[in-house]
Amino acid sequence: MKTFASLIARLGASTKTNEKLDALTEYFATAGDPDKVWVIALFSGRRPKRVISSALLQLWCMEAANLPAWLFEECYHTVGDLGETIALLLPPPNLERNDTTLSSVIGTLMAVEKEEEAVKKAFVMDTWMQLDKDERFVFNKLLTGNFRIGVSQKMIVNALAKTVQLEPSVIAHRISGNWNPATTSFEALLSEKSSAADHSKPYPFYLAYAIDGEVSAIGNEDEWQAEWKWDGIRGQLIKRNHEIFVWSRGEELMTEKFPEYHALKNMLPEGLVLDGEIIPSIENKPLPFALLQTRIGRKNITGKNLREAPIAFFAYDVLEHNGNDIRGQPLSMRRILLEEIVSAVNYPVLIISPVIEFTSWSQLEQIRNGSRNMGAEGIMLKRRSSAYQVGRKVGDWWKWKVDPLVIDAVMIYAQKGHGRRSNLYTDYTFAVKDGDRLISFTKAYSGLTDKEFTQVDAFVKKNSLEKFGPVRTVKPELVFEIAFEGIAASNRHKSGVALRFPRINRWRKDKKPDEINTLDDLKKMLQTYGK
Amino acid sequence: MELIEFTDKGLYCSAGDFYIDPWAPVNKAVITHAHSDHARPGNAHYLCHTQTAPVLKLRLGDVSIQTTEWGAPVYINSAKVSLHPAGHIIGSSQVRVEHNGEVWVVSGDYKIENDGLSGAFEPVRCHVFISESTFGLPVYRWKPQQEIFADIQRWISGNRQAGKTSVVIAYSLGKAQRVLKCIAETTDRIFVHGAVWNVHQALLAAGSALPAVQRITPETNKSAFKNAVIIAPPGADGTPWMKKFNPYSVGVCSGWMQVRGNVRRGNADAGFALSDHADWEGLLAAVKETRAEKVFVTHGFQAAFSRYLNENGIRSEEVKTAYGGEEEEQEKPSASKEQEEEMTGGNI
Repeated sequence: MKTFASLIARLGASTKTNEKLDALTEYFATAGDPDKVWVIALFSGRRPKRVISSALLQLWCMEAANLPAWLFEECYHTVGDLGETIALLLPPPNLERNDTTLSSVIGTLMAVEKEEEAVKKAFVMDTWMQLDKDERFVFNKLLTGNFRIGVSQKMIVNALAKTVQLEPSVIAHRISGNWNPATTSFEALLSEKSSAADHSKPYPFYLAYAIDGEVSAIGNEDEWQAEWKWDGIRGQLIKRNHEIFVWSRGEELMTEKFPEYHALKNMLPEGLVLDGEIIPSIENKPLPFALLQTRIGRKNITGKNLREAPIAFFAYDVLEHNGNDIRGQPLSMRRILLEEIVSAVNYPVLIISPVIEFTSWSQLEQIRNGSRNMGAEGIMLKRRSSAYQVGRKVGDWWKWKVDPLVIDAVMIYAQKGHGRRSNLYTDYTFAVKDGDRLISFTKAYSGLTDKEFTQVDAFVKKNSLEKFGPVRTVKPELVFEIAFEGIAASNRHKSGVALRFPRINRWRKDKKPDEINTLDDLKKMLQTYGK
Repeated sequence: MELIEFTDKGLYCSAGDFYIDPWAPVNKAVITHAHSDHARPGNAHYLCHTQTAPVLKLRLGDVSIQTTEWGAPVYINSAKVSLHPAGHIIGSSQVRVEHNGEVWVVSGDYKIENDGLSGAFEPVRCHVFISESTFGLPVYRWKPQQEIFADIQRWISGNRQAGKTSVVIAYSLGKAQRVLKCIAETTDRIFVHGAVWNVHQALLAAGSALPAVQRITPETNKSAFKNAVIIAPPGADGTPWMKKFNPYSVGVCSGWMQVRGNVRRGNADAGFALSDHADWEGLLAAVKETRAEKVFVTHGFQAAFSRYLNENGIRSEEVKTAYGGEEEEQEKPSASKEQEEEMTGGNI
């Protein structure tokens, strides 16, 4: 646990990619194999099952530290992280250390899963009293949540590539897919054999950068293929060994969530991997992302869900054909193959993402302006000669999004943030006008500079009207321009709308609260863009 | 009438007709220590500890100052006043006020651990204790100074191995002198910001024994900084002034560094929870040792600390003062204390 805790401390303290990479490389060069497997698992979202609730952890900590609940709460709001709060509040360690390697602690954790509460409590208390502050912090993180530490899959892969003799793209492929860190050895994880035995294994996704500046800078029109940029979940549809698998870009196996795809099992050819968008759609037209959200959170899909938010797969690439990895072939070839496959299947759930015909960049820009009417976020540009690469690479794939929708709103509530924003008011709720009333319609957490956050924080502290737990009601005075990607009707919100990816575009210091937009303005946007 | 009242100018003792650390100009001000939120300009007469006077003069110019030693009574009208070590910074004092057999103590800022520089905190028995509460939550529990110093020294030697200059961020008055001892054990190449330099000179002139440092001026050759240690106030952190130290690593010394979010927010490469204020346990111990019947809690987490005292059988009330600011006020570079430090650094 000690080496793992110091890895986390180093990763957390650094903002520089190279330093993080060094820390990981050193870790992989020195840590034990079972620990390495768990680190790969934890940083790729495969954390151990949650066995103990945060409420219990909080209770046991209060008991160990002899503190009342209100004081614990007060500390939590200041620290902004439950695992860290507990690590800081516990009395100093007083037990001799047993085997406290990362893998053995996780092993014990999984072993107590089915035990009764008293056994779990003994395990947690015992472990706490053996560990120092930094180790307790990572232990609590294992118990409660994930490590949001700014380590990308790419970084893990590059660090591993320095310790094992494999190409980064090969490593990326092998550590993806369906493997269990508790039963997989480091050697087996990176071996070719076990990789081949996993029929569900997806390929690492190829990701695009956003176009920054003039589109013509990327080259001549005829080198590029344009498609709509859909607003769904990026996914891979895999047919191997007479089974079908659906992976999200977040490396989550989602096959069971989308029964619509199951019929494809008997239609798709064997040894096939398609890249595309998981998206609700009726008659080839995509529906808003909000409808998809009604599906993904659920354990059981009802008939109503299937009728109201039917899911399709908009295919835009083929990565494996007849069991052969064809990612190295040029896109133009893969595209011909994809069109053949999709039209042969001829089933409404599998839709080909159309290619947009254009002859000049200015014409394409015109087309792009109509993206929202197509249910798209903008345009994707892919070089016709490009291979399907691994991860985010500059040069061959670009996303070219439409400008966001914007609305001016006033801040009415504020709450303290988490992590590096702990003890600063950085989470805000905004309202538009409806006659004399203010109607809250969205929260936004990002978009201001650190300096602006400090200024708004100072304003909140001076101008809070009421306190509801951690939330402060703030004098409605500061006006912000809120940007968002889409708008949909919602009966869960007072305003009747839900926004897609809202964030603060800028602080409108030039505007007064009575100059903000109205609820009617929002409703008009809903009619125009909300379909 | 209470012995000490909370007025809009500050803590007022009518029996002696004087104020303690007033925030608006008055005739007679008793000053706990020379930090700018406690020692403000514009008062006609000041009373402070002998070791506080040099920095007070540096900050406020040639003002009328009466000095006294710890424990020596001074009679102001019908009040008996004495100063007692607060352990916060050099010369920092608690103020004991006695009148008609009733004793009140104003803590000013204090810490319990003896840092070897500021004098050892002395618990003073009293009827009413007015305590600060900057770190009045149980998440604030300091490691012993020796351990933190070892952490700092390890960090400095790590930087040296990586070919980096170590930039230590510390308040120019108090923290800077405190870390100096620890740094001097690792190197004799210590450079300081102008604000730190001014305080350093004032203390040397007053007879304090401090390790030698060099002042950073626009003329200092860049190559001199290689592998050296720099001490700078928080106001300098992140400014273009730092560029000349490249490549460097920044280590912030402050109690706020106890929480990871603050280290990350400040973009510090390292944070050391080294504070000149009492931690939670320290505040509780201090309050208990005074055996006070009533405790007024000021600047910091006063609501939480005061509530906790009440629930544990010590009568307590929170009081708003102009020190530090309100509940969430943090030691940030933007704080006025820092701006003032910056100005002092430029002017003198």
